[in-house]
Amino acid sequence: MLEDIISIRDISKAEIEFIHEKAKEMERYVSCGTDLARGKILASLFFEPSTRTMMSFQSAMQRLGGSVIGFSDTNNTSVKKGETLIDTVLTMEKYSDVIAIRNPLEGSARLAAEVASIPVINAGDGANQHPTQTLLDLYTMKKEFKALDGLRIALLGDLKYGRTVHSLAHALSMYDVELVFVSPEELRMPKGVRKHLNGKIPYTEIVNLDELPEVDIVYATRIQKERFADPNEYERTKDAYRIDMDSIKLLGNAKIMHPLPRISEISNDIDLMKNAIYFQQAKNGIPVRMAILSILLGVER
Amino acid sequence: MSTRKLKVSAINNGTVIDHILPGKAYAVVKILHLEKYNETVTIASNVCSGKTERKDIVKIENRALSAEEVSSIALISPEATVNIIKNYDVIEKGKIALPERFESIIPCTNPLCITNHEKVRTRFKIMEKTPLLIRCEYCERTMDEKDVEKVLG
Repeated sequence: MLEDIISIRDISKAEIEFIHEKAKEMERYVSCGTDLARGKILASLFFEPSTRTMMSFQSAMQRLGGSVIGFSDTNNTSVKKGETLIDTVLTMEKYSDVIAIRNPLEGSARLAAEVASIPVINAGDGANQHPTQTLLDLYTMKKEFKALDGLRIALLGDLKYGRTVHSLAHALSMYDVELVFVSPEELRMPKGVRKHLNGKIPYTEIVNLDELPEVDIVYATRIQKERFADPNEYERTKDAYRIDMDSIKLLGNAKIMHPLPRISEISNDIDLMKNAIYFQQAKNGIPVRMAILSILLGVER
Repeated sequence: MSTRKLKVSAINNGTVIDHILPGKAYAVVKILHLEKYNETVTIASNVCSGKTERKDIVKIENRALSAEEVSSIALISPEATVNIIKNYDVIEKGKIALPERFESIIPCTNPLCITNHEKVRTRFKIMEKTPLLIRCEYCERTMDEKDVEKVLG
């Protein structure tokens, strides 16, 4: 059974379903709270800043009746004095029952899980994995459409560097879905990910948003300036994939998701449309993380 | 036995690495740091093996290989064999077995991988044997044959 949540590669479809089932049960505690995890402590080890992930882990733990210790940057910690990750984890595990860790070094959460005797949750290890994001993305899709099977989902924007879309594509390949990748040539879905999908689920690749077939969901991602050598190219690309009152016509009835924070990929006037579900998606992070915490702590009912 | 003449002379004691992929003998030399070795080393490249096949051979006088060295060779030439020679006789002959997962043979090429920052052994999983593709079990990046040769050199 699940001991840690480190990478979407380790998690089976049955485990995803189990987490989602528990998340559904947690929905009723989201506003009023519960005491399932009373007396339990989450160590929230954030070696780099994060708003949504850190706050939602803390909120989830507190909704479960537990409490949280930790740091959100390393300035006032022994890490600044040169303490190794291994030593930090070995110390923090003595003060807590479960660890959520974000560290820019890739594989850091895996290492933390190997040395810690308590469960570890990867809250993002650099460009590698962010499995709880993927789990809440899948949960959002399922909640919206009742089931994932049969959906056609477009992933839009920077598909090359976005770890979110890599993990998401990987996880979706366990279901009976069809994917459409919409990106400029230079930000295509990497070969390794495409290879993984081959023989599992069908996918197509398109460059222009106006070629988009009818889809159920458009999952937009941030296009980051630093990925472009030419600033003009960045401006052109950014505008070409922006969802606003004009381009939304190309999306048909598709629900719009985004891992947030957005910069300008989705214009603010889209927020009030009923197809915009990205804030609902962020909200779903709470029941999903409550489910994960309670399963790992062994306090789920 | 056939009466064909050996193109490479036999060794008295030591190790013969046979059936190395053609052209890969130099990488084997690098892995074993044989360029600094003071005893006899014989390198044969593109030797005929069978009717059409070619192979490389490396013979090293008075030298045994560690398990880690053997796995490193297997990474760049999975079909290679290692023969241990004593008094001109092969006393042990074996195909190199490359485990599905292996530890600490090579560093990860990803500078942001935790294994390049903390005291921890690297661990890889073999994704494909030919052409070689391995995945770091920490940062999950893949490395192909070229990457492996680069870090082994």
